[in-house]
Amino acid sequence: MNDLLHVQGLTKRFGGFVALDRVDLQVAPGERLGLIGPNGSGKSTLVNCVSGLLRTEEGQVSFDGHDISSLPAHQRIQRGIARSFQIPKPFASVSVLDNLCVPLLYATGHREGSHRPSEAQVRSQAIAILDSVGLAQRADEMSSGLTQVDMRKLELARAIAARPLLLIADEAMAGLSSSEVDEILQLLLQMKARGIAVIMIEHIMRAVMQFSERVVVLVAGHKVADGNPHEVIANPDVQKAYLGE
Amino acid sequence: MSNARFATIALLAGVLLIVGAQWIQNDYFFNAAYTVLMYVILSTAWNILGGYTGYVNFGTAGFFALGVYSSIVLWKAFHPPLAVMIVVGTLVAALAGVGLGYLTMRLRGHFFAIATLALAIMLFTFVTNWDYAGGARGAYVIVPREVPFGFARYIRYLFSVMVLLSVASIVVARVVERSRLGRGLAAIRDDELAAECAGVPTLKLKLISTALSGGMMGLAGTTFPFFISFVEPVGAFDLRYAVNAIAMPVIGGMTTWLGPLIGAVLLGTVQQLVQVTISSAWNLLIVGLLLVGFVTMAPEGIMGWVFAWRRRRARRS
Ligand SMILES: Nc1ncnc2c1ncn2[C@@H]1O[C@H](COP(=O)(O)OP(=O)(O)OP(=O)(O)O)[C@@H](O)[C@H]1O
Ligand SMILES: [Mg+2]
Repeated sequence: MNDLLHVQGLTKRFGGFVALDRVDLQVAPGERLGLIGPNGSGKSTLVNCVSGLLRTEEGQVSFDGHDISSLPAHQRIQRGIARSFQIPKPFASVSVLDNLCVPLLYATGHREGSHRPSEAQVRSQAIAILDSVGLAQRADEMSSGLTQVDMRKLELARAIAARPLLLIADEAMAGLSSSEVDEILQLLLQMKARGIAVIMIEHIMRAVMQFSERVVVLVAGHKVADGNPHEVIANPDVQKAYLGE
Repeated sequence: MSNARFATIALLAGVLLIVGAQWIQNDYFFNAAYTVLMYVILSTAWNILGGYTGYVNFGTAGFFALGVYSSIVLWKAFHPPLAVMIVVGTLVAALAGVGLGYLTMRLRGHFFAIATLALAIMLFTFVTNWDYAGGARGAYVIVPREVPFGFARYIRYLFSVMVLLSVASIVVARVVERSRLGRGLAAIRDDELAAECAGVPTLKLKLISTALSGGMMGLAGTTFPFFISFVEPVGAFDLRYAVNAIAMPVIGGMTTWLGPLIGAVLLGTVQQLVQVTISSAWNLLIVGLLLVGFVTMAPEGIMGWVFAWRRRRARRS
């Protein structure tokens, strides 16, 4: 089995409420996966369980061949699982550039041995990443003053700065205009060239269909479909549960 | 400026201050300056956890008293050199910082602040009932008659020690601020979950921060018994320490090492002046008014004005 991410039988309860019920999920290296589902179906909860912010009662998360179920979040990103937040969480008191310095200093060391980059190296790496997402002009601005779309880009840039193998983008396009959606979509499509697998969580179906090589559907904590995007969308179960028809 | 360079300059400034002050005849100056320097250390220490990491500590007096009482106990038992008491008191308080961290670090915001207050109250109760350390009656410390290093009076020696300890604290704060550790702490302050997801081992860094901050608060207390020579728990745990340790960084600015220094020197000096000209009872009122004023009108403190001025100048050029 050469999956990059392998989630098996994942269950998450909040009190008596079952948010995720024995969910299985596989992602191959470099794959582009769309994860969809109605509001409250457990998508963000799944992200939190995979990225390590939430502990799970049952099930196993393996990454790159290792069981990481018991690792805290900061060790998971060091191993290569990066995520963006549905509601952007910038480091608001520092500049855009300094936002990227945090993962550059803390998340990349693990896979590159004990060698720690110098301040100048970190800065130039940060600028290169900002450049690639179109934020270079904003490098020295405070992150709290960014526009909505730039905030989303910063969120992605910070995830990329960790040099991940898997990026989970949780509704990175919510609330954006159509042209802005295309900008973010282009960024996510470019991840393949960097060798990064992407799980895109999205309600905007146009973007999901354009992006995904495979689509997974979550409904009320259950995985109800997994496969070719067009087949999944045509699936009557999905139509009924997700599109409400 | 590199850390080594900054440390050298700070040390030189400290030595100049020590040597220069010896020409001052009035011994009252040394009493006042000692108190101001004590607050420089306390507010610098508070700022590492409160300003850099974003965790508000109301228990400054508890950590300070740990330094005070470890010196008292050591002195009663062994009469060791001052340097030994300084090191031990700092370590004891740092250990208490780690303990506080372990017990409370899953708490955020208000709950953490309340827990720090509870810690100070617990320590207070413990010390009040500890007879060997003087209990509720308090403890006398006979200041050694022999003054080391040829200083004219013991208070001059204590002042000089305090200058050096302040220099050390400021250097530590600046090193932390500009290090990888400092960036991690700032990330925790801004958003702890995002920090963890950016690879920052938040729990470990918070423990380092509480240890450093608590240890430095203890440091500020280690020489205190020799300064006032009679210590009672009510004095060692005085509300003033907690209030000033918060007010001074808030007034000076919490994001850099310079803020607490400016705040402590300004507010500390004003308090000393008020104490001799009006009465010490007015001190807390003045601090309170200044605190309210700054929090509402200049939340980034005096350094906030400096940064705004610099930004304006950068934009013009
Ligand atoms: N920390 C929590 N405590 C209790 N319940 C929670 C918690 N987090 C999420 N839930 C519940 O779990 C369910 C799944 O939430 P989740 O945020 O994962 O949904 P989602 O699929 O991301 O929805 P959306 O599309 O609106 O972002 C919801 O019913 C939510 O109320
Ligand atoms: Mg969600």
